[in-house]
Amino acid sequence: MSTATTEHHDHHDDHGPAYGWKRWLFTTNHKDIGTLYLLFSLVMFFIGGGMALIIRAELWQPGLQIVDPLFFNSMTTMHALVMIFGVVMPAFVGLANWMIPMMIGGPDMALPRLNNWSFWIMPFAFLLLLSTLFMEGGGPAGGWTLYAPLSLQGGDSFAFVIFSIHFMGISSVMGSINIVATIFNMRAPGMTLMKMPLFVWTWLITAYLLIAVIPVLAGAVTMLLTDRYFGTSFFSAAGGGDPVMYQHIFWFFGHPEVYILILPAFGIMSSIIPTFARKPLFGYASMVYATASIAFLSFIVWAHHMFTVGMPLAGEMFFMFATMMISVPTGVKVFNWMATMWRGSMTFETPMLFAIGFLVMFTIGGLSGLMLAITPADIQYHDTYFVVAHFHYVLVPGAIYSIMAATYYWIPKWTGNMYDEKLGKIHFWISTIFLNVLFFPMHFVGLAGMPRRIPDYSLQFADWNMVASIGAFGFGFSQLIFAYVVIKCMKGGEKATDEVWEGADGLEWTVASPAPYHTFETPPTIK
Amino acid sequence: MKTMSQHIVIAGKLSVLVVAMFGFGYLMVPIYNVLCDITGLNGKTSSVAAVAPQTSGEKSERRVIVEFVAVVNSSAAWTFEPVQRSMEVEPGKTYNASYNVKNLSSQPAVGQAVPSVAPSAAAKYFNKIECFCFTRQEFEANGSKEMPLVFFIEEDLPRSIDRVTLSYTYFDTGEKPVPASDS
Ligand code: HEM
Ligand SMILES: [Cu+2]
Repeated sequence: MSTATTEHHDHHDDHGPAYGWKRWLFTTNHKDIGTLYLLFSLVMFFIGGGMALIIRAELWQPGLQIVDPLFFNSMTTMHALVMIFGVVMPAFVGLANWMIPMMIGGPDMALPRLNNWSFWIMPFAFLLLLSTLFMEGGGPAGGWTLYAPLSLQGGDSFAFVIFSIHFMGISSVMGSINIVATIFNMRAPGMTLMKMPLFVWTWLITAYLLIAVIPVLAGAVTMLLTDRYFGTSFFSAAGGGDPVMYQHIFWFFGHPEVYILILPAFGIMSSIIPTFARKPLFGYASMVYATASIAFLSFIVWAHHMFTVGMPLAGEMFFMFATMMISVPTGVKVFNWMATMWRGSMTFETPMLFAIGFLVMFTIGGLSGLMLAITPADIQYHDTYFVVAHFHYVLVPGAIYSIMAATYYWIPKWTGNMYDEKLGKIHFWISTIFLNVLFFPMHFVGLAGMPRRIPDYSLQFADWNMVASIGAFGFGFSQLIFAYVVIKCMKGGEKATDEVWEGADGLEWTVASPAPYHTFETPPTIK
Repeated sequence: MKTMSQHIVIAGKLSVLVVAMFGFGYLMVPIYNVLCDITGLNGKTSSVAAVAPQTSGEKSERRVIVEFVAVVNSSAAWTFEPVQRSMEVEPGKTYNASYNVKNLSSQPAVGQAVPSVAPSAAAKYFNKIECFCFTRQEFEANGSKEMPLVFFIEEDLPRSIDRVTLSYTYFDTGEKPVPASDS
């Protein structure tokens, strides 16, 4: 930027950010890029949420009232794609950008220019994806898993969907490469691997997962693309292909992907819970090993999404037991967090409320997952609302709550202002009540046999669906409180101290609040 | 703290991994096909003609029911039906069956049948000596054919299986028949 920097390379002077929109477009600063990712994710959260409300409005009553079935199906498809690739993943990458360099005592990400690209590809990819809704034939409507042959039978917007998925993938892979390089190369002297905060550890492992499976997804969707437009027949039986093979390839990506959506959340929990329990994390090393074994196991359980395709018995048994094995390291983590809180002097500020909400409700989702892992039971539950209940319990009070907890926890460091504690608590309680009103009844209708991804349903499911829709609107609108709290905190408020939280531990709390534009230009000394 | 070139080294190694995993996605296709061929997973049967069985000559009391199923791929205008719904067969012996196909469109068309056997554990014991599914069939507008199938079930078919379903799905290949006369 200024000529001064080019003159003496290794010495950054105290130049702050550039002004105006160019600051954001050309920035290579990890804090700016973190902010961009987080704000992008917040915007997408409301877009994806709007789609969910369209779905729940249609499901308010049996019968077709508001939207036509094709549009309904494209809403369920788009809602999932937006929430997974546009909300949870970018939010985690944003948190990684902001926090990892500060947590390991490095000045920035290892590859700042790459970082700028990783972010700016995202808005482009989502513009492309969302624009398909306005194209002839509508957006993708075959479900977020894009199963062949159904996904190949939609409108011609399909090519745009594939390209947007490619771009999201490129962005995630570049982001992950950057994170791995940062963690290996930018640590302050003395910050050994086993001294790194767990958020850094979980992100390191997540980044490897992303690098390993996003290319497989890219391959799968490329095969869809060539099947549709270039006459290959990977998934068409007429040409010697096999549609079931698509499911194998997809879920080889898909199951590690669901852990990509939750491992960073485990890291966030491991930061927040010790702070508010005022005790160090119980079982640090076991947390690291548990995370690594979850990541490893996630590669050998994919076919639990396919128990009904007609696998041989031995295969069903293998995937059933492998899946159940994952609950062991997951259980280790839950017990470690509980042991951390045990006899701690706990206080319940908003981040801690969200963390405890995570712990309780994520576990509910884990238990329904275990039920689904039982092959003979899954043959009943598969493709019903029970599955919908399962993954919403692990993703909403799981991944999303962890992101909100992280925002409340670190926003004083980002902005230098305390957020409105009272509103934060109100946000937590209203969200938590409505969330359960929304998702718990889905277990009931699912067990009673209501299929997922259907705009109309039999009368017997009517009452619980109305309850769920009430929950959905309550939950959706209560997120406006979150947006309000965040914006208010960005604008001003009571000044935060450098330490912010009484029991907080970690390098990020040793720098000023708000964190200066450049931190740890000279590496800190690690005890 | 390391230098830019050290970052590039890591990024380079990881990029190799990215490319390798993209390749692995494609490698899953042949792996899957080989696994299916070996195990009969997915009910895929061999698409190569088998040779007629060498029977041990011993009389066997064992009988297996073979059921015939026909499905037309939704986007194709054909009728497709087995001539016989089911057969009682003795493992090790050769049998004949046939299917009727009619092209309902007013255009000439080419069709292809794709077989599948259930339960999948039976697939590798189900052998076809002759089958219309080995080739494509050409039809005139509104043309029809009776198509033969010669098969046998191996004597090693697991004892637990006493009923085997052979299902064919009929696809329009989208090609136009090549006129036999000129060219
Ligand atoms: C204890 C751990 C878990 C077990 C045993 C488990 C098991 C399962 C099983 C068996 C299914 C397939 C159900 C069916 O389609 O019939 C499933 C679906 C799903 N799970 Fe989990 N799960 C676990 C944790 C998680 C976590 C942590 C996440 C994400 C954060 C997650 C996200 C999903 C999603 C998104 C689906 C549905 C995918 C789809 O069909 O669209 N699960 N789970
Ligand atoms: Cu899974």
